[in-house]
Amino acid sequence: MLKFIFHRLLQLVPVLVVVITVTFLMAKKAPGGPFSAERKASPQVIERQNAYYGYDKPLPVQYFRYLANLAKGQLGPSTTYPTETVNQVIARSFPVSLQVGTLAMAIALAFGVPAGVLAAVRKNTLLDYLPMSFAMSGICLPTFVMGPVLAIIFGLWLHWGNVAGIDQAENTWLPPIFLPALTLGLFYGAYVARLTRGGMLEVLTQDFIRTAQAKGVNSLRIILKHTLKGGLMPVVSFLGPAFAGLISGSFVVEKVFNLPGLGKEFIKAAFNRDYSLILGTVVFYAVLIVVFNLLVDVIHALLDPRIRH
Amino acid sequence: MTRTLFFLPFVAALTLAVLPVKAETKADIAAKNKILLIGNGTEPQNLDPQVIKGVPEHHLIMALMEGLVTNNISDQSIEDPGLADRWEHNADASEWTFHIRDNARWSNGDPVKASDFVFSYQRMLSPGLAADYADMLFIIKGAREFYEGKTTDFSTVGVKAIDDHTLKITLVGPTPFFLSMLLHTSWYPVHPATILKFGKIDDRVSLWTKPENYVGTGPFKLKEWKPNEVITVERNPNYWDAANVKLNGIEFYPIEDQNTEERAFRAGQLHKTNEVPLDKIPAYRRDNPSLIRIDPYFGTYFYRYNVTTPALKDPRVRQALTLAIDRESIVENVTRAGQKPATGFTPEGMGGYKTPELVEYDPDKARELMKEAGYPDGKGFPKLDILINTSEQHRTIAEAVQDMWKQELGINVGIRNEEWKVYLDSQTNLKYTISRSAWIGDYLDPITFLSMWITNGGNNNTGWSNAEFDALIGEANRTGDEAKRNEVLQKAETILLNEAPFGVVYWYTRFYLLSPHVVNWNPLILDNHNYKYIDLK
Amino acid sequence: MTADAPEITSVAIPPSLDEAQKGTSLWKDAWRRLRRNKLAIIGLINFVLITLFCLIGPYFVPYQSGEQARSLQSCRPMEPIYARIQERKGKIVRTDFIPESKILDENAFITVSKEQRDAGLAQLKRGEPLKAGRYTYQISARKHLLGTDALGRDLLVRMMHGGRISIGVGLAATAVSILIGVVYGAVSGYLGGNLDIVMMRIVDILYTIPFTIFVILLMVFLPPSIFLLFMAIGAVEWLTMARIVRGEISALKHREFVEAAVSLGLGRLHIIFRHLIPNVLGSVIVYSTLTVPQVMLLEAVLSFLGLGVQPPMSSWGVLIDDGAKTIETTPWLLLFPAAIFSLTLFSLNFLGDGLRDALDPKSSKD
Repeated sequence: MLKFIFHRLLQLVPVLVVVITVTFLMAKKAPGGPFSAERKASPQVIERQNAYYGYDKPLPVQYFRYLANLAKGQLGPSTTYPTETVNQVIARSFPVSLQVGTLAMAIALAFGVPAGVLAAVRKNTLLDYLPMSFAMSGICLPTFVMGPVLAIIFGLWLHWGNVAGIDQAENTWLPPIFLPALTLGLFYGAYVARLTRGGMLEVLTQDFIRTAQAKGVNSLRIILKHTLKGGLMPVVSFLGPAFAGLISGSFVVEKVFNLPGLGKEFIKAAFNRDYSLILGTVVFYAVLIVVFNLLVDVIHALLDPRIRH
Repeated sequence: MTRTLFFLPFVAALTLAVLPVKAETKADIAAKNKILLIGNGTEPQNLDPQVIKGVPEHHLIMALMEGLVTNNISDQSIEDPGLADRWEHNADASEWTFHIRDNARWSNGDPVKASDFVFSYQRMLSPGLAADYADMLFIIKGAREFYEGKTTDFSTVGVKAIDDHTLKITLVGPTPFFLSMLLHTSWYPVHPATILKFGKIDDRVSLWTKPENYVGTGPFKLKEWKPNEVITVERNPNYWDAANVKLNGIEFYPIEDQNTEERAFRAGQLHKTNEVPLDKIPAYRRDNPSLIRIDPYFGTYFYRYNVTTPALKDPRVRQALTLAIDRESIVENVTRAGQKPATGFTPEGMGGYKTPELVEYDPDKARELMKEAGYPDGKGFPKLDILINTSEQHRTIAEAVQDMWKQELGINVGIRNEEWKVYLDSQTNLKYTISRSAWIGDYLDPITFLSMWITNGGNNNTGWSNAEFDALIGEANRTGDEAKRNEVLQKAETILLNEAPFGVVYWYTRFYLLSPHVVNWNPLILDNHNYKYIDLK
Repeated sequence: MTADAPEITSVAIPPSLDEAQKGTSLWKDAWRRLRRNKLAIIGLINFVLITLFCLIGPYFVPYQSGEQARSLQSCRPMEPIYARIQERKGKIVRTDFIPESKILDENAFITVSKEQRDAGLAQLKRGEPLKAGRYTYQISARKHLLGTDALGRDLLVRMMHGGRISIGVGLAATAVSILIGVVYGAVSGYLGGNLDIVMMRIVDILYTIPFTIFVILLMVFLPPSIFLLFMAIGAVEWLTMARIVRGEISALKHREFVEAAVSLGLGRLHIIFRHLIPNVLGSVIVYSTLTVPQVMLLEAVLSFLGLGVQPPMSSWGVLIDDGAKTIETTPWLLLFPAAIFSLTLFSLNFLGDGLRDALDPKSSKD
């Protein structure tokens, strides 16, 4: 197992190189630069600003310089935040997204898995339709609808939570990250519920469960002990990238609740043509994706020993 | 079991909800402590007055820095004495002498000296700093030559420190509106010792703008800067007029989403917002008129026509398109924030200058012109595109214009939506046919609206060129007499409007929510508020 | 065919043919089972009705999709509407429409006393024209069942036209993502080894490539078209599907029935398509019903960036996005598009669940 994990971590290197190369080329090919603005500065000014960051050098030079700095752990200077490096930008914004994302995932699992199991076990009864309809509503109300709705209800009407910002407002008691996390949690919880139900149904119809049921063993314990392992497979597959996505920040939710998270930086970097920040956030995200997908595969192997390599 | 667990938090929440919560909001408490809470749009990139270029940065510099003259409490055409307590100029307003007040101090206690300004202008004009607004200083004699590297000797530039308290500035020509230019941040001083401590004179990126290093001249000093969260400034005891500063501090919140900002205002987290969502403006005007402010703003919203497009080469076609835009309907039904239908390019509110009111809505005349140009009822007219940058509001306006041109002229135009930087690139390289645009004046003079249209001007972006227009702008720059200069500029604008390389839509307003706590926040056309006058009750 | 099937299977013929026959009866069986599932049939009928509503509905609404009556701004559902007619020399030069909620803001009503105002309003409501200055007001026959948007466009007809786009894009892009995702995931999962590693790392890479820049580049280098939309959506939506399928297949491939098939000497492709994929169809269908809303909402994001539908055209995602921004002032602009969107998804969802049950190879033993 350790060898397997080690091998997978080694694969991170080629993945990163490809991701960086493709992103680098894409970012440089996109029209406009970091210094264009509505009131246009003279071409000489733009040229000098580019030169300041070394963006006037030939692309291969910039590319290899970036890789060399990356090897030293330096993600370069940001043009969006001239007084900060990309390392600093990620270091200050990731903790916020990590908190929101983790809480959101906890909410999603706490509500999604039980709802999905319940629905599968009591298939085609009210206990199936009710939670599943609730889940579908969660999917039909995207975060850009759910966020404002929660902000209006819990922020403006009830005064329980912050409508904006990470600083606790004086007259509220919910932690400022709760409403953003709930917004995301309901949405992802809906997916988790649907996938859990599907996965559980798959297993519930398998022979060994049927045999057990035929023998009269019909208790929750059986269900949980024997089916949950297999039934959670699709959820786990879904959760890998989903969790990586969640903790690296959601642009929509950070915008709706005005949080200083990492999700904003992804989008801002692209819109501002902040090359170092684009590459920095992408490298960071790539590491997260690879690690979480590795985690998924490890969990798969633990859930079902037959897949073990 | 599962369901009980699921409902538990809600039951707990409901129990807590009936408990009394503190009714006093953050804004109420802050008002008592004389801390102003402001929604400030996007996160500022920099707080170096010589490097910044955006509006949010501008708002911050107004608190942190002060120039030779400063903003008046209620009238932007009057300049109040700032670091200079008096000044004089020669007959044609080309030589200015400023007397820096004795008690002018930097926020670290150092006295402000005339030589600080010389240093600052040298920095601003250093090619290495690559300041976006360096061209603002080109009206100083010899400045352009120094900037372009024709000389490296700054003493050839017309800025001299006669003694510690006397600064003499020699300009390239008569500039009666010089004081209004001085209100712009590019003319503000920076602290030489601090700049040199954290880098070279022309270092674009320097850590001197960090809160622990920042040295300014304004009524407030930088206390804390949490990116994407808040920038806090506090009272500057070394400010020359500190006794008259009312507030103890200001918190600037970067909130990009208008709806979020409006909610934050309602929840009592802000005293002033940056904007108001368009759909809420009518509701506020009807139900809470005391909370919403709509002030005229020094900007024009217009559609650029790329005159190198074959169909748009003919001025008659460009005029027809302009005549067929029902501005009244757009400001009343689409933008809805008290904007004025533009009748010329230069907005109203500039004292002596009156824009020639030549733009009107006349669909009959528009059809006539199209017929003359060879497109009766729009027949044979090629399909053009309106280029917009990604934004719901630009899209809605473009959809309205699209509909007007279809109804009145029988032509079909598409809408091309591009991401901001792509859009800027397309506009610069004339990769468009029609493009939505906006221009905000830098200072209170028509030249900031008209000079951009000279042949090959950096912000012309239409391919339009007219020798007579160029000559008139040149003449205006040599004219010291204000009335005569205005006449020349009017002539120039008349040519511009008749040639129509663009179709104007409306003149901007600034619309924002303002808490009743705030005192002395007056409508100002450039939106540069002098925070020392602002108070909270 | 069904009648012949038992006879053919009884003859010892090559197994592949045998599988093919069984496959056919599997689909027939599935359809039979699906018909018995009431909810699924309701979902199906509902979905067909919604599609028909979008396709032929516009012919029954007296407004064009792009037609603007700007003076209406956002009028409420079924709000009475008055016409404001401007005449010059006996000729009508202009007609504007004023919703009831704004009629009192008209100059004709602001400048008069309260009694006159009430009398005037009563007169209008009786259907009599009211002359005020250069305008004549009159009640209009115009009615908007679901209200109008900010530019005074009929919401109902915009929803119908928007539905064509959303349903079309939703189904087509989902189909593409299923096709790529299932095949990719199955091949990767079954073949395993180094190929699996490479294929899955490619998925990781595609997850990571910044989508915004990808979209910007697509728009810059290719002319905007519906095809681009599919490319952009297709490029991302199949990834999770591939991972889910791969996860399940790599678990399934060690099961007895697969080993049996291998020992029979069946080809890899045959095993993948005939034995493995049918066994993961359940998860595929469930995840597909989750992909449809994702695709429809992604379309709204892309349209916002300029890649999707171009104004004045619209889609459900765009309508919901616009509606969400004005949720407090004009809630109906969110409510109705969100309602039809949800209804469609619920229908597809029930249909999907029914299909899942019907196609489940294990349930055929019932």
